[in-house]
Amino acid sequence: MTEHVLSYMVFFPLAGMLIVLCLPSDRHDLIRWVSAAATVPPLLLGIWLYANFDTTTTGMQFVERAAWIPAFNIEYYVGVDGLSVSMVLLTALLSFLCIFASWNIDKGVKGYFALFLLLDTGMTGVFVALDFVLFYVFWEVMLLPMYFLIGIWGGPRKEYAAIKFFLYTLLGSVLMLVAILALYFYSEPNTFDMTKLMDRSSLFSTEPLGMWPFNVWGWGFQHVVWMALFIGFAIKIPAFPFHTWLPDAHVEAPTAISVILAGILLKMGTYGILRINYPMLPEATADLAFWFLAALGAWNIIYGGLCAMAQTDMKKLVAYSSVSHMGYVMLGMAAFNTQGINGAVLQMFNHGTITAMLFLLVGVIYDRAHHRDIDGFGGLASIMPVYAGFTALAFFASMGLPGLSGFVSEVLVLLGAWPKYHALTIVAALGIVITAGYMLWMMQRVYLGPPNEKYRSLPEINGREIFTLFPLGVIVVIVGVYPRVVLDLLQASLNNINQMVIAHLS
Amino acid sequence: MDLGNVASLSLFYPEIVLAGTILVLTILDLVVANKRAMAYLGLAGCLVALGATVDLYGTEPTLLFHRMVALDNFSLFFKVVTLAALVGAIWMSIGSGEVRQVHLGEYYIVLLTCGFGMFFMASANNLLMAYLGLELVSLTSYILTGMLPHNRRSAEAALKYLIYGGVASGTMIYGMSWVFGMAGSLDYATINAAMAEGGGNQIALFMAFVFILAGFGYKMAFAPFHMWSPDVYQGAPTPFTGFLSVASNAAGVAILIRFFYPAVSTLGQEGAWAFQALPALQWTDLLVALSIITMTWGNLSALNQRNVKRLLAYSGIAHAGYIMMGLVVLNNDGLNAMLFYVVVYLIMNLGAFLVVMIVANATGREDMDAYRGLAWRGAAFPAVCMMVFLASLTGLPPMAGFIGKLLLVAAIIEGQFYVLAVVAMINTVVSLYYYWRIVKTMFLDEPAPEDGPVAATASAMPLLGALMVLTIVLGVYWAPLLDYTTGSLGFFMP
Repeated sequence: MTEHVLSYMVFFPLAGMLIVLCLPSDRHDLIRWVSAAATVPPLLLGIWLYANFDTTTTGMQFVERAAWIPAFNIEYYVGVDGLSVSMVLLTALLSFLCIFASWNIDKGVKGYFALFLLLDTGMTGVFVALDFVLFYVFWEVMLLPMYFLIGIWGGPRKEYAAIKFFLYTLLGSVLMLVAILALYFYSEPNTFDMTKLMDRSSLFSTEPLGMWPFNVWGWGFQHVVWMALFIGFAIKIPAFPFHTWLPDAHVEAPTAISVILAGILLKMGTYGILRINYPMLPEATADLAFWFLAALGAWNIIYGGLCAMAQTDMKKLVAYSSVSHMGYVMLGMAAFNTQGINGAVLQMFNHGTITAMLFLLVGVIYDRAHHRDIDGFGGLASIMPVYAGFTALAFFASMGLPGLSGFVSEVLVLLGAWPKYHALTIVAALGIVITAGYMLWMMQRVYLGPPNEKYRSLPEINGREIFTLFPLGVIVVIVGVYPRVVLDLLQASLNNINQMVIAHLS
Repeated sequence: MDLGNVASLSLFYPEIVLAGTILVLTILDLVVANKRAMAYLGLAGCLVALGATVDLYGTEPTLLFHRMVALDNFSLFFKVVTLAALVGAIWMSIGSGEVRQVHLGEYYIVLLTCGFGMFFMASANNLLMAYLGLELVSLTSYILTGMLPHNRRSAEAALKYLIYGGVASGTMIYGMSWVFGMAGSLDYATINAAMAEGGGNQIALFMAFVFILAGFGYKMAFAPFHMWSPDVYQGAPTPFTGFLSVASNAAGVAILIRFFYPAVSTLGQEGAWAFQALPALQWTDLLVALSIITMTWGNLSALNQRNVKRLLAYSGIAHAGYIMMGLVVLNNDGLNAMLFYVVVYLIMNLGAFLVVMIVANATGREDMDAYRGLAWRGAAFPAVCMMVFLASLTGLPPMAGFIGKLLLVAAIIEGQFYVLAVVAMINTVVSLYYYWRIVKTMFLDEPAPEDGPVAATASAMPLLGALMVLTIVLGVYWAPLLDYTTGSLGFFMP
């Protein structure tokens, strides 16, 4: 059992999907409970994984490998280190909660839950895959269910949003595929094994290529491959200027899917950069980090924040706040020191939980009022006090109030970035003020003030909704007070990744 | 080994079975009233021939009929592909409402004859034989395209096909005559020997090759010789369109590879081919350019199509461009990827046309609107299958089409054609847009009040299910197929 724990985590939801497909399509509750049951084992296994994870070693743990396509040396190879285990835990938790957040879906229930479980398999798979082909397959397997989940169960402009998401992501992933193949053929002997490619990073040449424009920029093979991978990941993050799919997709997607998008899919971009670009292409990382990670990250923080401030739709505001908060991750990991990189990954985890809460909270109000217009409410705190309480917790966590998780990671990022990039750190710190601005302003307009008579009779948040929010709230507080519960997992592995690049910093 | 006429017959039994089936069908057509039985007989004949071909696979490469026809794993591979396409096409025809309007006897006879011609395209070891095989396929294709009675589109398509085909084969045979003039023979071995000695005038040889490439390219539908394909695809009966799209393409690949590889190049170390005939001219660049133009043209033209068969025609042109990438690298990895792609394309494209046929049977229409809300109109299974085939055509994992594309792109990246690789990949994204318009129409659009329920053709369901399962299975575990295509790269070397 224990030696296949990761495979179980990946394929339990897939098995659940097959069971759901066999159920009669009019037994809605049965389908919902079976889907919920399919996400429980991964969650329990995730907790077991957390308890048994060796935080002192840098290597891959719980490794499984088996030959898949021997002719190309393609393997079924999975394993986790500190970086991926945090993301696997996040995936298991959010998938479980999102099943409950999807409880009120009543159109095409069978299809919805089947696709959701397939998505779950794809997401978990991406974080545990250590073979490039396997990684790519999982990466793409997520696209199909995501397209349908947005496109069928989404809002008024769902078709546009779904195809835009699909086209953007596919563009990124095909460039990634070219990069993966280039690495495969460049490594000697050829391999798709990600851990071996990390060891062979010195093989990838940095000699400037003769071709325009790379000869002008002094880019070698390593830089070009880095860029191809980076564009693929930047689309997922989403980094400016590839972020425009995100507000559309978020606004149109059903609540649970917005949670998954913001909570997990965005993390794959930064996860990919840390897992692939950093250890495999360290020299290019050292050369390009300033412009494409640090500066772009700071720009994301400010740009996303200012865009968020201008929104009148609550979901769009949260979506742009994601653009802004993912900027901290990029800035933090470009600092190449312990605080920065740990802060970055902690920020990934925290953003996953906090934004999930925000989207769930917006979903709660949307289910009741059927609109999300910030100016259309007012005084909700007196109508729905418990709901407003949860909202306040999430808002304050998002803007980085001390004692809540967002604070810890943002401070770590800024502390890490300061010694290396003074100006950018100041800019990034301004981002916190902007975050406070749009969050508090939204708080004031929606929750405070005299209650809007129209919504006098809105029912208070119900038990199911509290059930989805409560665990996230607990995590936000615990990580805020005692961040070592997550940081301990990360440290050893991240320092290892960091060391690989530091050696090449000029 | 080099066999004479009578001795060759013992290694010729797949063709004999197929020819026998055709003759029996011709006679039965005169005496039997129930023409549907002919379909089953044709199907049985193809299956027996398929068994015979598989049985021959692995035989020592041999030349039959005084060096006219090569029997090697390469030709046997394409015979298997052709027979599989025939089986699929006949199965489709049994359930097709369109085919019911035509003279069934003639339809099946000519269809099998077309497949028979493809056998010779795959195995010709002599330019004359290659030409005859290609012409047999062309002539039967013209007839099948124009077979729908009282259908102006069908007649127009057939005429257009005939004119284009005439010009293309004229060009090709002109090129062949130049090669004959320089090599002194039509036999591939003699041509190869002449090329190894330097061939002749480089410009003349280049022109001859371009002419021949045009003829072969016309069969594969690559730009700029693709003009016939959208009209023919749209006008021909759907089962035949499905057959044409996969088998004609495969036969084009076969004849192309056999001429440009064993016949005029030399196999060197580790599967690399030396194209020594044209040392001075940039042959590879021409192929790269053709491949880029073909895939881009096909994909961009497909973007605005409203007729699904026409859309699939342009998608077929784009796929011809992808397949061409395998030629560019001049090594066995590229050829292997081409063969792999041919098989995968057979499965997914035939599947897509099968769904087109099911929808046409139920609604009598082929345009995009007929697919509106298909999944919610009682045809959820065909809609899901269509989604799988389209995902595979786009090249999304875990479908077989992804592996096909992966192998092709891997081959060109290994050959360091990065620009071509990036162009091909961006084309993939473009193609997603139009394939996904169909998926969107099927799943995301609500059926309009006038859209009635779609009753799926029952007889097509087993084939549809099988093709869908194959598309997914080969996308997850493709080692056996890869081994098979690798084994099929055994040529009779002159």
